[in-house]
Amino acid sequence: MSERVAVRKTYKLFIGGKFPRSESGRSYPVESGSGETVNVALASRKDVRDAVVTARAAVKGWSGATAYNRGQILYRVAEMLEGRREQFTALGVPADEVDAAIDRWVWYAGWSDKIAQVYGGANPVAGPYFNLSAPEPTGVVGVVAPSEPALLGLVSVIAPAIVTGNTVVVLASPAQPLPAVTLTEVLATSDLPGGVVNLLTGRITETAPTLAAHADVNAIDLTGVTDPELATALEVAAAENLKRVLRPPLTAPDWFADPGLEPMTALLETKTVWHPKGM
Amino acid sequence: MTATTTSDRSDLSELGRSEASLRAFLHGLPGVDQVGAEQRAAMLGTRSIKTTAKAWAIDLAIRMVDLTTLEGADTPGKVRALAAKALRPDPADPGCPSVAAVCVYPAMVEHVAEVLRGSDVHLASVATAFPSGQAPLAVRLADTEAAVAAGADEIDMVINRGAFLAGRYGEVHDEIVAVKAACGDAHLKVILETGELGTYDNVRRASWLAMIAGGDFIKTSTGKVPVAATPPVTLVMLEAVRDFRALTGRQIGVKPAGGIRNTKEAIKYLVMVNETAGADWLDPDWFRFGASSLLNDLLMQRTKLRTGSYPGPDYFTLD
Amino acid sequence: MFEYAPAPESRSVVEIRASYGLFIDGRFVDAADGAAFKSVNPATEEVLASVAEAGAADVDAAVAAARTAYERVWGPMPGRDRAKYLFRIARLIQERGRELAVLETLDNGKPIREARDTDIPLAAAHFFYYAGWADKLTHAGFGADPRPLGVAAQVIPWNFPLLMLAWKIAPALAAGNTVVLKPAETTPLTALLFAEICAQADLPAGVVNIVTGAGETGRALVEHPGVDKVAFTGSTEVGRAIARSVAGTRKKLTLELGGKAANIVYDDAPIDQAVEGIVNGIFFNQGHVCCAGSRLLVQESVAEPVLAALKRRMAQLRVGDPLDKNTDVGAINSAAQLERIRELSDAGDAEGAQRWSPECELPERGFWFAPTIFTGVTQAHRIAREEIFGPVLSVLTFRTPAEAIEKANNTPYGLSAGVWSEKGSRILWTADRLRAGVVWANTFNKFDPTSPFGGYKESGYGREGGRHGLEAYLDV
Repeated sequence: MSERVAVRKTYKLFIGGKFPRSESGRSYPVESGSGETVNVALASRKDVRDAVVTARAAVKGWSGATAYNRGQILYRVAEMLEGRREQFTALGVPADEVDAAIDRWVWYAGWSDKIAQVYGGANPVAGPYFNLSAPEPTGVVGVVAPSEPALLGLVSVIAPAIVTGNTVVVLASPAQPLPAVTLTEVLATSDLPGGVVNLLTGRITETAPTLAAHADVNAIDLTGVTDPELATALEVAAAENLKRVLRPPLTAPDWFADPGLEPMTALLETKTVWHPKGM
Repeated sequence: MTATTTSDRSDLSELGRSEASLRAFLHGLPGVDQVGAEQRAAMLGTRSIKTTAKAWAIDLAIRMVDLTTLEGADTPGKVRALAAKALRPDPADPGCPSVAAVCVYPAMVEHVAEVLRGSDVHLASVATAFPSGQAPLAVRLADTEAAVAAGADEIDMVINRGAFLAGRYGEVHDEIVAVKAACGDAHLKVILETGELGTYDNVRRASWLAMIAGGDFIKTSTGKVPVAATPPVTLVMLEAVRDFRALTGRQIGVKPAGGIRNTKEAIKYLVMVNETAGADWLDPDWFRFGASSLLNDLLMQRTKLRTGSYPGPDYFTLD
Repeated sequence: MFEYAPAPESRSVVEIRASYGLFIDGRFVDAADGAAFKSVNPATEEVLASVAEAGAADVDAAVAAARTAYERVWGPMPGRDRAKYLFRIARLIQERGRELAVLETLDNGKPIREARDTDIPLAAAHFFYYAGWADKLTHAGFGADPRPLGVAAQVIPWNFPLLMLAWKIAPALAAGNTVVLKPAETTPLTALLFAEICAQADLPAGVVNIVTGAGETGRALVEHPGVDKVAFTGSTEVGRAIARSVAGTRKKLTLELGGKAANIVYDDAPIDQAVEGIVNGIFFNQGHVCCAGSRLLVQESVAEPVLAALKRRMAQLRVGDPLDKNTDVGAINSAAQLERIRELSDAGDAEGAQRWSPECELPERGFWFAPTIFTGVTQAHRIAREEIFGPVLSVLTFRTPAEAIEKANNTPYGLSAGVWSEKGSRILWTADRLRAGVVWANTFNKFDPTSPFGGYKESGYGREGGRHGLEAYLDV
């Protein structure tokens, strides 16, 4: 009885809920961790452009969904991820990291209908006015994902952005694209509307400047940029349309610790409404 | 709106004599809370209509269909086929009722008239430079007269949305009056094009304006813009005709048109008529569906109730 | 005539056992002395099941089980694990939603449409919401590491059995407490099915305990020295007794009691939606709602058209078999409640108000009361002051906004209020002045797990729902 021949997976981009190849037709080789070399799509500037268009189109529906609905969908991601733990450990992600990544999704799922209660509120202005501050998502967020830890770091930059209603264009770590693509397969089966998360694999040096300079992106998270000069250049480019910028951390964060509110609030606007009270 | 005694009743037509009084009246109507109206419409949509009630509703809905084709590509052959279907919707069952009317463009009226001659099925024509209405008034009136002369006994006109949204209510009013006159004996449906009016408050105001100006029916849509009939819009219009009759004694019909594709949706509308305007409107003289593909779905559901199994589209004509 | 044919929901989706035990320490057990009582379908008077009646010994055992679970399992458990149990429970409620809805309708008498579309989904949502707090208490605004209280004694009413259970258990468990809950004696069945769901979720034994019984069971539970927290929803009279009983102890107490809410309709209200809101306010759930809009305060200048529209709308209400999907108004929950509604309505007649009901064919068996309005009511009438807890609306008028406020607040209660106007500033001015814990503007009877609910004055104290709802279950 000869050994069964395996069906090998093709690793593609994730845009608009679908898995296209790069419009440039390029790929680059990556060690899969079980000894194989696989080809992963090498995203181009045009892929970035297409992803931003898709992300923008998805903002209205996703930010307009109820917080309850978004929370349900994020919890569903955790359900799906739980069922696929072995796919990640097979890629070399440590089991405790997979556990932490799932629990991180659950943590963020529970924030969707609470962040407004913690970060917004009525303001006691000195006059006969009802005054309410409420957080709103900023819109389309560009994200440069950290390389380490491959899965937990990725989850920790995606979930806080989308739970409040933003949509994201994520540039996966060039060294660790396989867990990222596998995560997008989980997202695709979680009732997450297409375009809310878009993920591009490839060279950050090629795609990040396009994303940072793109005028239809509202914020950029530079967490995964390890080269300080590149980080500075991206921040300069982002200044063109006054994007909200999250700079890379100075020291490696403890990814397993409570992330706090900052990853969410950095990507929120605050709207304050006044209304007179009078008969 | 409270019911008034016969001696108090007026038909409100005197409001049409002055822009200012029309405006004051229309702007003085109670507002419509969007969330509340949509929830009421949604709740009515949860009614469960089964067995005998469903069979009754399906037959009524068939009798209320204005079977419609309004395409640039319409030809005499196409509209004759549609008219034949209107007379005998189900080839396998002569017991199936006919529809209320056939609805076509003015140029097609004479071809439909040949087929419908001697039957009870009405002949409705759109007019007044349907669907946009963007032509000089003289042209729009000539359009109407031509359709009537060719044999239409019902006219579906469009209101001047530009004038309405600009607040020129008197202009909108006077045009409806003129079209009504051009109709002669034909009865007039006034299309509000609710998808362009923007708010339920405007739908309420446009409904009252059309009734004050003498329309016989108020109709939601041309079916040619992205947003056509919806349950909450129809709810607001049903409330308007209910209140108008209570105030004036005159009953006006309602026709949702466009976007009603299946039996389930049609029955939801009938429930809404029943629980809003009341049983008096559950009659083809007072309520119509402007539709084309709806009819085949009604026929399929009717067949399912009769025979117990689901038919397929091959068993019904595509005209 | 458009006659709606019967559209009954099937009973077969739920299995009702002949008898149920108490749920203590993860298992169903009979009462120590074997006592039991019957639960009845109020629409037909049919006996649904025999249910164990917990005596003092059973309450003792339940509190002990809750204490052990608190000290050994649930108290030390990290929030993220408590969260996952609660998420499981929320999911199971969703998955078994149809079963729960039918059982609720059979036991309570409410229309299946309400149970299916309101009660059960909201119960699941409460568990989802509070599951998400369990691992974030440090961010809730109660300090860096707020601790739970310990064992919570919870007594709930019969009007929204599963939903009231969710309002109690979800925040308690999320905060790290364990619970002993007593459902109302006329509606124990969904609580017992919930116990099965806890077992299905592998919730550790003793975290949730259900002791069924009536007033004596409830008293034994809230007066038990081994509980740290008491939460009660029910009548003001019983709430008062409980408040007395915890005096001098260290037990924390929250109460959600009665109401006599004013539903204020101004002359610029959106009339059709206001009429829907009036109807919803008093006839939803047969008026068995603590926050029901039981007093219509309508501005005198529009009283006539509003009342005409209201009567026309009431004629559309379908009263009858709660299992029929088209029923709007179901059965009164018990013979005792029906008697109380009749007594107060008769008082309304006797005191000179004018009674009106649409024509209604009421079933022969079961407990039924036609939707009713009384006009010509003044503040002094019993039906303007006392909570009827039934489908009976008292209609009063007012001339100015100031007068509306005065009349609305002129009551020992303060749970909720409604305001209808197209003018935003008038709504906000009115809301500012109403002494009520929940104000609904241009809507009514809206509930959400994120939205705090609770009353002023004799409608109780404490809030359920939202971030505020955690406070009752934390040692802060």
